[in-house]
Amino acid sequence: MGMGLLFDATRCIGCGACSSACKEQNKLPGKVEEVLTAYTWTTVQEREGLNVRRLCMHCEVPTCASVCPVGALKKTPEGPVVYDAERCMGCRYCMMACPFEIPKYQWDRPVPVVGKCIMCAGRIKEGQPTACAAACPAEATIFGKKEDLIWEARTRIRQKPGAYVDHIYGLTEAGGTSVLMISNVPFEKLGLKSNLPGEPPAMKTWQVLSNIPDFVAVWAVFLYGVHWITARREEVAKATANGHGRNGQGNEREDRS
Amino acid sequence: MNTLATLAPRRFRPGFWTAVFVVLFLAFCAVTVIRYTKGLGAVTNLSDQFPWGLWIGFDLLCGVGLAAGAFTLTAVVHLFNLHRFEPIVRPTILTGFLGYAFVIVALLLDLGQPWRIWHAIIYWNTHSVMFEVAWCVMLYTTVLAVEFAPVVLEYFGFHTPAKLIHQLITPLVILGVLLSTLHQSSLGSLYLIVPSKLHPLWYSPMLPLHFYISAIGAGIGMIVLESYLSKRAFHRHLEMDLLEPLARGMVVALGIYGLMRLQGIARNHAFGTIFNLSYEGRMFLLEFTLGVVLPVVLMSFRRLRTNPDWLVGSAFLAVLGFVMNRLNVSITGMEAASGTRYLPSAMEITVSLGLVAIGMAVFAFAVRTFSVFPEGPVAERPKEPAIGA
Repeated sequence: MGMGLLFDATRCIGCGACSSACKEQNKLPGKVEEVLTAYTWTTVQEREGLNVRRLCMHCEVPTCASVCPVGALKKTPEGPVVYDAERCMGCRYCMMACPFEIPKYQWDRPVPVVGKCIMCAGRIKEGQPTACAAACPAEATIFGKKEDLIWEARTRIRQKPGAYVDHIYGLTEAGGTSVLMISNVPFEKLGLKSNLPGEPPAMKTWQVLSNIPDFVAVWAVFLYGVHWITARREEVAKATANGHGRNGQGNEREDRS
Repeated sequence: MNTLATLAPRRFRPGFWTAVFVVLFLAFCAVTVIRYTKGLGAVTNLSDQFPWGLWIGFDLLCGVGLAAGAFTLTAVVHLFNLHRFEPIVRPTILTGFLGYAFVIVALLLDLGQPWRIWHAIIYWNTHSVMFEVAWCVMLYTTVLAVEFAPVVLEYFGFHTPAKLIHQLITPLVILGVLLSTLHQSSLGSLYLIVPSKLHPLWYSPMLPLHFYISAIGAGIGMIVLESYLSKRAFHRHLEMDLLEPLARGMVVALGIYGLMRLQGIARNHAFGTIFNLSYEGRMFLLEFTLGVVLPVVLMSFRRLRTNPDWLVGSAFLAVLGFVMNRLNVSITGMEAASGTRYLPSAMEITVSLGLVAIGMAVFAFAVRTFSVFPEGPVAERPKEPAIGA
């Protein structure tokens, strides 16, 4: 199941330590912005009196990875969805398709790449927590095995009935994500999408794409068949027009061949 | 007097269009320079909220779609063996090839790092519709080039390779139809992945089929329009005996497409969004009545189909409706979910217009040089009609 992050909106104090740590870790230029950009991979927004983190959700079946024509985006077994800037040709289909609207682009550069949270994949490989989780003074963002995080979230919701919305955001959204969120305010009021299907969007295109080989074979045979029939009919028509001398039997035989 | 008065503006015409072309071409070059030195943000109104704009909606989706006449007509002639349509095959293939060239140039501007466009050849992701699109663009452009090659080869006197291509025409046409079917439908499949973003008036699990069938309808419309423009520019006659039956095909394609669209909207329970005249509803009504209902109704009457004015007018409506549909899917239908409004910048529009102008100029050059039309290369200067003579 891999690693993940649990964000508890009721604990976040909005200090922004996570965003600053992220900038430093990933050597991102400029100040922390209010919304996600190619240079701000995580930020804290104030909604309904709460502080909410915005960051890549690291889907279990990432839409971005499924749509990328060159496979520049990939889900690693450890959990992070990582980006290989060397492969990317800049079609921006990932930005178009992401249900959480996470990947952002360097519109101001002549040689642009996509920017998004990669869950500190390098640090995780070395056995360290993500920079944001390590920096959080309030334990609002915690890092761990995803199954442990689900257990932790369920415990918090169960132990204080009414203190939380009875839903872990990310458990089913878009097929499930490695980043989980809990809150005492409905998630759509925090600016999180609530109309996402439980099935990964990638399945919708795969249903079409996986049928292409069969389709090509059938369509090719059909088209050749049409050509064969019409060409044959033309030949027969010509033979009939020219063949006044032939008897009916000859024509019939040609018709069948 | 009378003769001179009618001649004077006519002589001015080619000069005027040449001037328009030169201005557009220079503006196109200028925008290109800014785009490559300052980045996409400097020339487009694209943003993190709206990453795909006019260059995808018009240049890519419409460029490919309006090239659909080529595979439709080659199938009619070479697979259905209706050889009487042969005279309009070459200009249609040329239009298709230029449409695809137009798309590739547009992609070279729209991609963030266009010098990596070949990456789709070495890095494969078969789960990506964009991967399918990339391969279809590459392969079908090649097929169109080979299909048109005999025209150029004959001009330079290479008759043997031209004959060889002619002998391989059946498999070549089948390959072309296969690739076109995949490509036209895959442009619709691109939007299957955004059920939560695309407005229910346009989203449907049948989007690939919608795109495919509407492209056939609009592709036929484009054949008629291209014949009409050639007639105007080069004083050719309109092949009414061929275009009239094609218009019937257009009615069938657009009719099926129209029914599928209505069925899709019913399935999404989205009729309410039309009749409350929301922004999306109004755009849909405009697209659907002008681009589908009107041409289907008009072209159902034999009297109107055999009248050049009505025929060309209806073909124009079909093409216009097609363009509106692609822009609605890629822009109008995506705006609400993006939380922002997108209007293309003047520079984006300049690039699109510039590309159309370049395409038309290359078409004009080709028909003046090669035997694209059955009567051979058209005259260098359009012949003045003998008015008053």
